[in-house]
Amino acid sequence: MTRPGKMIRLVVETFFKKPATTLYPFKKVEMPANFRGKIIFKPHLCIGCQMCMKDCPSGAIKITKLPNKKFECEISLAKCIYCAQCVDSCPKKALESTKEFELAVLDRKNLKAVFSDDTKETSPE
Amino acid sequence: MRKVVIPIGPQHPALKEPESFSVTLSGERIMAFSARLGYNHRGIEKACEERTYIQDVYLVERICGICSHAHSTAFVQAVEEIAGLSVPERALYIRTIIAELERIHSHLLWLGVAGHEIGFDTLLMYTWRDREVVMDILAELTGNRVNYGINTIGGVRRNIDASEISDILKAMDILEERTKYYIQLAKEETTLIKRLSCVGILSHEDALSLGAVGPTARASGIPRDTRKDDPYAAYDKLEFKVITDDHCDVYGRTLVRLGELMESYKMIRQALKEMPTGPISVKAPRKIPAGEAFSRYEAPRGEDVHYVKADGTDRPERVKVRAPTLANLQTVAKMLEDRQLADLPIVIAAIDPCFSCTDRLISLREPKKPDKTLAWEDLRAYSIEWYRARGIDFTKVNRKISRRN
Ligand code: SF4
Ligand code: SF4
Repeated sequence: MTRPGKMIRLVVETFFKKPATTLYPFKKVEMPANFRGKIIFKPHLCIGCQMCMKDCPSGAIKITKLPNKKFECEISLAKCIYCAQCVDSCPKKALESTKEFELAVLDRKNLKAVFSDDTKETSPE
Repeated sequence: MRKVVIPIGPQHPALKEPESFSVTLSGERIMAFSARLGYNHRGIEKACEERTYIQDVYLVERICGICSHAHSTAFVQAVEEIAGLSVPERALYIRTIIAELERIHSHLLWLGVAGHEIGFDTLLMYTWRDREVVMDILAELTGNRVNYGINTIGGVRRNIDASEISDILKAMDILEERTKYYIQLAKEETTLIKRLSCVGILSHEDALSLGAVGPTARASGIPRDTRKDDPYAAYDKLEFKVITDDHCDVYGRTLVRLGELMESYKMIRQALKEMPTGPISVKAPRKIPAGEAFSRYEAPRGEDVHYVKADGTDRPERVKVRAPTLANLQTVAKMLEDRQLADLPIVIAAIDPCFSCTDRLISLREPKKPDKTLAWEDLRAYSIEWYRARGIDFTKVNRKISRRN
């Protein structure tokens, strides 16, 4: 690398290479299969033992009892550190990590996910 | 010539971390250098005492974003020792593999930062592009690019399967080739050699007496490496050399880190080959019996030390952390003595500092009587007085708050 000419080859090569970066918001990025993203809750599996609440390092998850033996789960997306300890602690596999990572919202009030019904997740508008 | 004292910080011009230096200059020469920490004290040790062991694993992991695995491993090792758990062999191997992947990403990151500090931004772009390879592997193995969350008390949380092994091996081949190029560059590129040689000199004796750790010590010819001296995880079964160098300057530190990268690739390949099958964790009790333990870990920046004291409950009684930067910080003043001001950024960057990780305790001194410490009540009274003297009175607000409660 003492000769300046030595660089020329690299310069020419780089000229024909694809860029190393991706056009992120326009081109979606796929996360690996077992990525620890947003947590989802399956109400029909939950038995309300609250182990998830006990082990959560940031106090992000809240399980409340609804009438007729159903449980509602509320996760604060701001407090959650996406460690998936709740997924490991749950004895009934009622919690699951997803690949979803684009969780930014414009209003702080919307930084939570509420799961109370098997079919849909309601987020407050 | 007249001496001038200039403050640098609390925002470091190059490293995005809050710390403050006071540099006494005579012209362009540095006469004295002192560092002041305490700008990012997060109270993590105290917070650990308020949480259960399992919650603490995630908390200590967040001491540092770059050596997160170092802190969580050091912590769980200490807890496992107190609880008398024997961690399965496979878990130890997985911990080692993640640890070496972390070292690779940290050293590549450092190389880029060092390039940036000396105005060699092409190196920054190159190394950070290559670093993505190892970041992707870490995300695939653990589920996240930083704060891997792989450790749990009694083992690890995720296994490594065959397809992941082949992905790691592929990545190691790419990175090894790239690192060979960087080593060639470091040995031949005259601008790099000239800029880094004889900058930030720390003699062998000074490194010993100041207690330097990690690549800073090894570049001064001290073969000090916890992985060899006091093996943990699976390091006693792996073959590797402790890379040392006797340039004693920033150039030497660059060569040591590059050499360590090559060793890491070798170790990961060996660990993947020899990793036994079996369980990856044992069940840990929630309540840890009373006892204390001290755990050492060779983080990318040097030796990281954790001390845990248990009192039989599900929360630790005391957690003490000493991050490697604290051990290395004293050497910077020595390295900068009678040197040019222009060398300051690269010399500080060369110990690969992590100031926020180093902030452990602050003691508050009364401004006029420096030997008297301020307790919480004194501090409160002091602040009320301070504001009152400037015409701001909080009494009304306080009353309002206490009424609401
Ligand atoms: S992922 Fe971690 S922080 Fe988030 S709710 Fe689960 S345990 Fe709590
Ligand atoms: S640990 Fe699982 S079963 Fe228990 S309350 Fe939480 S989600 Fe429900």
